[in-house]
Amino acid sequence: MPARWTILAPAAAGAAAFVIPDNRTRRGLLVATAVTHLALTLLAFRAPARPFFDGALLLDDPGRLFLLATSVLFIAAAFYTMGYLKREASGSRPDMVEGRLFSNSPEARFTGCILLFLAAMSFVCLAQNLGLLWVGVEATTLASAPLVYFHRHHRSLEATWKYLLLCSVGIALALFGTYMLALSGGGEVSLGLPALMAAGPTLNPVLLKAAFVFLLVGYGTKMGLAPLHTWLPDVYSESPSVVALLSTSLLNVSFLAILRVRQVLCAAGQADFGNDLLVFLGLTSMGWAAIFLLRQTDYKRLLAYSSVEHMGILAFGAGIGGTGMFGALLHLFAHGVAKGAMFLLAGNVLAAYMTKNVSGVRGLVRALPYSGPLWVAGVLALVGMPPFGAFVSELTILRAALAGGRYTLAGIFLLLLSVAFIGITTACLRMAQGTRAQAASQTGGQFHSPAERQTGQSFAPREAWSAVLPPLALIACALLLGLYHPARLAEVMVSAARITGGF
Amino acid sequence: MLSLVELILVGLVLTNLVLLGTSRIGLCIRMVAFQGVGLALLPLLGHEGLEPEALAISGATALLKGWIFPLLLFRSLESAHVRAEVEPYVGYSNSLLFGVAALAVSVWLGGRVPVPDPGVPSLLTPVAFFTILVGLFGIVTRRKAVSQVVGYLVLENGIFAFGAVALRKAQLLVEMGILLDVFVAVFVMGIAIFRINREFDHIDADRLASLKE
Repeated sequence: MPARWTILAPAAAGAAAFVIPDNRTRRGLLVATAVTHLALTLLAFRAPARPFFDGALLLDDPGRLFLLATSVLFIAAAFYTMGYLKREASGSRPDMVEGRLFSNSPEARFTGCILLFLAAMSFVCLAQNLGLLWVGVEATTLASAPLVYFHRHHRSLEATWKYLLLCSVGIALALFGTYMLALSGGGEVSLGLPALMAAGPTLNPVLLKAAFVFLLVGYGTKMGLAPLHTWLPDVYSESPSVVALLSTSLLNVSFLAILRVRQVLCAAGQADFGNDLLVFLGLTSMGWAAIFLLRQTDYKRLLAYSSVEHMGILAFGAGIGGTGMFGALLHLFAHGVAKGAMFLLAGNVLAAYMTKNVSGVRGLVRALPYSGPLWVAGVLALVGMPPFGAFVSELTILRAALAGGRYTLAGIFLLLLSVAFIGITTACLRMAQGTRAQAASQTGGQFHSPAERQTGQSFAPREAWSAVLPPLALIACALLLGLYHPARLAEVMVSAARITGGF
Repeated sequence: MLSLVELILVGLVLTNLVLLGTSRIGLCIRMVAFQGVGLALLPLLGHEGLEPEALAISGATALLKGWIFPLLLFRSLESAHVRAEVEPYVGYSNSLLFGVAALAVSVWLGGRVPVPDPGVPSLLTPVAFFTILVGLFGIVTRRKAVSQVVGYLVLENGIFAFGAVALRKAQLLVEMGILLDVFVAVFVMGIAIFRINREFDHIDADRLASLKE
């Protein structure tokens, strides 16, 4: 029963992390749990699915896929965190933006919440009951809120408050939608996914549509679909890079919640209604993000808006249906690993340059001999250059749109993709080029890192392996996704696309 | 039994109007607690006889919404040492006008939503919509972080009322999970308010505005 332990192991480890006093033991526990989780997930790929917990939890193929995406990102995050927590100075220190003093939250709380967050995400992947699905999604919000407030300064506090309130309200509307779904079956149908799907054609169509709208708004808030994404850039720019990486899998998991609801809609023969809404929200997100990507001056916010754009691509692909659904699932992986790598690298850049401004960073390739080139590769993987995975998935979605005869939509999709491409590459590649002195001259001739200020000369920081290897592994995954899919993964992906796409 | 359900729903509407018109945060918190206790009765009324599951849900709801949430909110209000006034952007009379308009919209909207189950009172959907609208209005127009949490609780109460009546079969696992989540949400928000107060010496959420494009 490996599936069960993907929830129980991180939950137990998370509870233990709160009480373990020793930092080294706790960091070791984090990495050990991440490795165990990935091993369990891979085992679950082999094992046949068996329902448990009163039939409310079952690891089916979509669940397997999303669990793997979560687990891969988490293991990268865990290794990175180990070094990150070691490098983080303890005690209070000046804030790099405003110079005011701040300190960190206790490390035990940070590690514990990360592990509980993983448990909640696994729970969402396994939930086969829409009520429990809601419980899991809300639990991910609550477990991640303390993570955003790891650096205790007023900006991260503001981001935490926005995150808590906006997501809780959004998710509350999803709960209303869930109840409405139950009412559409006359109140006698349970919230179990199989029961709802079996009752499909008998569900009241008006209530079903209304329920879907509420659920889409609710989980869409969590997924970061425009115009409900307003919390996302703030949270991404103010939280530690590791948390931003984990939020990527959070967005994925919220996408799974929307797909679960659409399964019911498909079973009831109302698929078109849901698909149109998804396409509309998807293109809105892509357009919204494209505008903000073009004139973005903060590179962490840039990556956040890029997430909004990619969530739009996922929704668009799911709405197009057919092979578009397959493309969306592939894109979920491709975007997840590329964005994860970029966030970790952004953390390295931030540590070396001490600024989040695009104009304050120049000469990345020379200054950081490992992170710099990886940054360039990550940008290419993120914007969907061949041969990376995102290229294949975006092409698949585009082909699905063309095959369905939706030429206008395909044209808009392509246009928005290219605008986003221009926005991201302009900013990120400029950061990679040139020399570090150029940045210093542009920002008033000051070197930013404390070491430089002391010695007065350019300083090339030594890069720790724990800061470089996880992004390297993630970019390798992004490359692999574009070139070769293991047979079992491809099989699960096709099956998951069939289940969630309803074709 | 149906009439008692309707009585509770009417009580929900009246307390909502009080919430819109009052200036004291303390009264708002008490009103929400009052709503919670009324709502706790709903799971008992929807069923024939007393089922242990319904009883458990009802008890947990009364405990949380009627006692623990107000306690947490009063605590964070005390720790913040602020004037216990709501300080809305929109004046009290205008808030009440919004309430009347929202009620009309909810009745119109609720009438258009078909209720397939004859056992569900026709008041349910309009009242749920109205409570949700009042909760959202409170979150948007109230300045203090505490009153925003009160707005969130009102929103949650509206949804709870809808769920308690619409879901005929009590689902212990789901309901308990939802209650647990809401509890932790309020708890975490309470901690956040405490932190906001320590960091800024105020809990005015509108002054949390340094993060923007």
